[in-house]
Amino acid sequence: MASKLPKKGGVFIQMEDEIASMASIIGASWTGARAMTATSGPGFSLMMENIGFAAMTETPCVVVNVQRGGPSTGQPTMSAQGDMMQARFGSHGDYAIIALCPATVQEMYELTAKAFNLADKYRVPVFLMADETVGHMREKIVIPDKVERIERKPLAPGALPFKADADLVPGFGQFGKGHHVHVTGLTHDERGYPSATNPQLHAALVQRLVDKIENARHEMADYDVINPGASQVFIAYGGPVRTVQQVMHDRKDKDIGSLRIRTVWPFPEKALAEFKNAKAFFVPEMNLGQIAREIERHVKVPVVSIPKLGGELHTPAELIAVLEAHR
Amino acid sequence: MSFEDWYRQDRLPHIYCAGCGNGTIINCTLAAIDQMGWKKEETVFVSGIGCSSRAPGYILTDSLHTTHGRALAFATGVKLGNPDLNVVVFTGDGDLAAIGGNHFIHACRRNINLTVVCMNNQIYGMTGGQGSPTTPKGCLSSTTPYGCAEIPFDLCELAIAAGANYVSRWTSYHVKELEKAIKVGFETPGFSFIEALVQCPTAFGRRNKFRQVADHVEYLRSHSLLKAKYDRMVQQGEQIPEDMYVVGELMRRSRPALGVKP
Repeated sequence: MASKLPKKGGVFIQMEDEIASMASIIGASWTGARAMTATSGPGFSLMMENIGFAAMTETPCVVVNVQRGGPSTGQPTMSAQGDMMQARFGSHGDYAIIALCPATVQEMYELTAKAFNLADKYRVPVFLMADETVGHMREKIVIPDKVERIERKPLAPGALPFKADADLVPGFGQFGKGHHVHVTGLTHDERGYPSATNPQLHAALVQRLVDKIENARHEMADYDVINPGASQVFIAYGGPVRTVQQVMHDRKDKDIGSLRIRTVWPFPEKALAEFKNAKAFFVPEMNLGQIAREIERHVKVPVVSIPKLGGELHTPAELIAVLEAHR
Repeated sequence: MSFEDWYRQDRLPHIYCAGCGNGTIINCTLAAIDQMGWKKEETVFVSGIGCSSRAPGYILTDSLHTTHGRALAFATGVKLGNPDLNVVVFTGDGDLAAIGGNHFIHACRRNINLTVVCMNNQIYGMTGGQGSPTTPKGCLSSTTPYGCAEIPFDLCELAIAAGANYVSRWTSYHVKELEKAIKVGFETPGFSFIEALVQCPTAFGRRNKFRQVADHVEYLRSHSLLKAKYDRMVQQGEQIPEDMYVVGELMRRSRPALGVKP
């Protein structure tokens, strides 16, 4: 990006730390720019406070987190998916975000573009939750001639800058356009003015920030279903999708299904209902079952978490062994 | 001169305590802006957290009231996102020198084209009068009940050492001088830093034997040492009293700057 952005009329800056990186993309976003930053676990932790600020101020922005083994410095160049819950809940207070998980280099490309569109549409931080497996991978990709672009809904002249429309998203009062918008991380009214001690106002604001994302979860849901009639169903996102694909390819068994999720947050639970005959869901993750627990609360059949720590993908044999054990 | 049309009348009353010096500094800043002839739609105020950082919320421009200490990092993004905007940062001693110290030195180093007005009340006024990095040695605060034992930061020396193009210090007593300094800061390309020592009757004055607001302002006046006099004293080998603040224009230079339109 440092080499390519300036040639395209963009701006690249290496900030002093991840706190500043997150802050600067929020500042840039308010001037109307599409802004992003990229990091791994420790940097993601540092960004958390300002991610909450972006959620509260409804600032569109994109953060790429190429996950490594944690906690702490952990495994700087090994693979993991241990930040999935942090992505959803890492900053203090109640809020909602969008998290996308690529399983291929092609998806790294496509979901980055999608992330910007979702960020602008819903005015929310969008995370591209990659993992080291995908982050360091080299694959052939196809770059289309035209990429869909969704623009931010502008603030109508005279409208209040934080008064939401029917879609629960307010028009964006870009800086430098004469809107005189005051942006604050304090609880604010529809004018954007601090109103931190009004219980009803705070409750309504936070509820809207969550609802505007959660209510749209099926509209933005992005997943693939294979063998919906199967009784044993894999659910995967990111790197482990590749191992599941290998198992599906090797077994060619109609009774083994797979759900590949790209929009992990907000979680598209209706996708689970597509597997009407499912007797058990199998969830390989490079963490101790962070999304398996989310799936558990949506289904009545057993959810078998297949955690793997250490920095390597599951092998197909490991997944098959778990399937066999539950036959 | 009236700045009434630059204030958000519908946000009054403000949160500042009776006798607070911050209003003086905001007025000086708006007076300087008035002299520059800037328009509201091309001016953006950015701030962090603290008493000083509430200032942008009372001004009728686009403004960004951010997280504690990070105003300069947000402002850097605003300036690079749209270099046509005049970006002014309001901050305080705790916001800038403690939690935001890293961003401060790096913004100076980059010499990014911003103007920073730091209302230095030498204490955390909003959160209960805790000692800050600029609380003078021996002064009382809620976290230094036996007198501050640490050496305070000289914010201007820090800014100069880190590379800022323009550095100036005045107090809430020196209204005209401060207004002029802020204007010069606006005019100077690159990073401009103006420190304004302010009285804080509620958190600082109350604990440190300033019974009246005026006593504190008088202290700031009588403990200000003009730069020219300071230079003369240094030249003549005179002892500079430890409790004096050197005021005036401390640095003006034209190092290459970031975010300046060609």
